[in-house]
Amino acid sequence: MAYVRPVSKTSWYLARRSYTVHMLQELTSIFVGIFALILLWGLSAVAAGPEAYQQFLESLTGPGMVLLLWVTTVVMFYHAVAWFSVTPKAMPIQRGEEFVPGSVIAGAHYVVWIVLSVLVLLLAGVF
Amino acid sequence: MSTTKLELEILRYDPEKDREPHFETYAVACQDDWMVLDAINHVKDHMDTTLSYRWSCHMAVCGSCGMMIDGQPKLACKAPVSDYAGQKVRVEPLANFPIERDLVVVMDDFMDKLKRVKPYIIRKDEKSIEEGEYKQSPAELKKYKQFTLCINCLCCYAACPQYALIPEFIGPAALTMAHRYNQDSRDQGLAERQDEVATPEGVWDCSFAGECSEVCPKHVDPAGALQQLKIATTVQWYKGLIGMGGK
Repeated sequence: MAYVRPVSKTSWYLARRSYTVHMLQELTSIFVGIFALILLWGLSAVAAGPEAYQQFLESLTGPGMVLLLWVTTVVMFYHAVAWFSVTPKAMPIQRGEEFVPGSVIAGAHYVVWIVLSVLVLLLAGVF
Repeated sequence: MSTTKLELEILRYDPEKDREPHFETYAVACQDDWMVLDAINHVKDHMDTTLSYRWSCHMAVCGSCGMMIDGQPKLACKAPVSDYAGQKVRVEPLANFPIERDLVVVMDDFMDKLKRVKPYIIRKDEKSIEEGEYKQSPAELKKYKQFTLCINCLCCYAACPQYALIPEFIGPAALTMAHRYNQDSRDQGLAERQDEVATPEGVWDCSFAGECSEVCPKHVDPAGALQQLKIATTVQWYKGLIGMGGK
């Protein structure tokens, strides 16, 4: 009878370094979720009026919240870079017989990211 | 020619005698230009004739000698012994497959899954021979050519954490074949393959760990194929939703 080797359902991601890195990348989505929730909270505060929005802004200034926002920012940055770097695999672009270099596809994502960020900051009156 | 000492720890399993596999060690004096497959052949020819393993071409074309070498899925015919000079090298059957005997795995699951994705050209409107061949431009060929290089060695399945955890997952090589035919300008079978491909056991069990592409000895990039397939099947699903079934 053929022998089936057991696979650990709880520690498989420690078997290879690449699996561990992959799981860390997957875990970054939790922070993306946290940021989305904060954003929704902010939006609902805006909808509720200036007083609620002011209260929302103040709740972001506590040390715990500042730490969470910094960690979320750093992790989301890593999340974005990790995904941008694999976009050429998921979205190859063929021109004639040749494929557009992966660096161009990944680079285009960074350009869009920067342009949108500047636009948002402009709208927010930062500049 | 100078020689390299290699200590091969080979996983042995005889279904008629053993309850579970065990390692046996063989000290082999290898020529410097040998591959691990040559060392295994040496064991078989001179040290232990009962050793079972698959191999055929010795030139990374047939895909028979996929096995775990020092924990990595590799073609034994493409793994130089010089990479392991003076070391103990563990040789095991491909991970994630049942062991038939020694280094031979049971491939039935893959063969069944490969069949399910219909890896052949499907036509809705067949032309008669008199009407001539289905022509294809070099650009149309280039679109999928990389995916035709798969030799079904199953190294990608041995590297895939999702296949290890979810045996129902159709897996990298078979899904790459589905994508290869979907991308072929002569094919009209995308909608037909959707039933197998656009399912949880199909592309959606892939978490894009990317290890399949890392270990692929033919640089097929199954991880890329699967992500492209996710996008293509999603587009197809939306097309179906608005009554534009397509190819």
